[in-house]
Amino acid sequence: MEDTLTIKGIEFRSRLWIGTGKYKDFEETRRVIEASGADVVTVAVRRVNITDRKSENLLDHIEPEKYKILPNTAGCYTVEDALRYSRLAREAGVSDMVKLEVIGDEKTLFPDTMGLLMATEILAKEGFIVFPYTNDDPIMAKRLENAGAAAVMPLGAPIGSGLGIRNPYNIKIILEGAKVPVIVDAGVGTASDATFAMELGCDAVLMNTAIAGARDPLAMAEAMRHAVIAGRLAYKAGRIPKKLYATASSPLGGML
Amino acid sequence: MRVMVNGEEYVTEKHTITQLLDEMGIVPGRVAVEVSLKVIKRADYDNFSLRDGDVIEIVKFVGGGQLSVSDSE
Repeated sequence: MEDTLTIKGIEFRSRLWIGTGKYKDFEETRRVIEASGADVVTVAVRRVNITDRKSENLLDHIEPEKYKILPNTAGCYTVEDALRYSRLAREAGVSDMVKLEVIGDEKTLFPDTMGLLMATEILAKEGFIVFPYTNDDPIMAKRLENAGAAAVMPLGAPIGSGLGIRNPYNIKIILEGAKVPVIVDAGVGTASDATFAMELGCDAVLMNTAIAGARDPLAMAEAMRHAVIAGRLAYKAGRIPKKLYATASSPLGGML
Repeated sequence: MRVMVNGEEYVTEKHTITQLLDEMGIVPGRVAVEVSLKVIKRADYDNFSLRDGDVIEIVKFVGGGQLSVSDSE
């Protein structure tokens, strides 16, 4: 049963996208990605260590031939920085995709949506496939879409908070209005959060800390793989309506 | 000539990016290079002339999720 997510002509075989931060080494990162079944992995752009130039490259462990590398602009607080990191990432040669973050505040890591909108518009015009990390704000989601975003990535809760989907109603409104895929990014704490996001009708879920910070990241990666599949299937199957009173599920005919 | 590479002073006689990366032992395939705030296309590594005082940034991909970056090195 094919249920592929396609964005700008790119086919994604998994609806679970994961970050590669916070792991103890490349080997653990590689094993977690494998266990999660993800084919999109986010990476950050940082300086090459020039005093230890022989140091290994992450891409030697996560082969770009096997996975879709999604560079992010994590740590960028201005439009200029976000553009600079995006352009460098593209030149590093893995793809035109960028997970665009323009962060507004260190404490909440909430996006600076004004800056995000500006950067999205500029990068989309330059041919980037832009995935903006945004608030759970339906109006901003629409604006990002109109500015050329390939998908919108509303947060479920603050990055790394593990609070789950704090405002499912807003996510639903975003889903209702969106003509581009909606990918929940940030806030997932455990498997049921990911399932819930998928049950709402989201196209995919992106997470990092929920897996990397778990006591057993490998087991959590596998849990998330099942959670996203379960949520997607449940969404497509169509849940029963909630009712206040019971409805018998055994036949009443033939009783003694 | 004296340039800055990733925030540190660096003395070199190399005049192209290809030569500089080679001198530094960096494989060009998986890095990106910026010279004085201009991103240099890989096709230009052979003919873009470096100058005294240039501020050079050489970047690569590291593990990263949402602002949670670890270099894993």
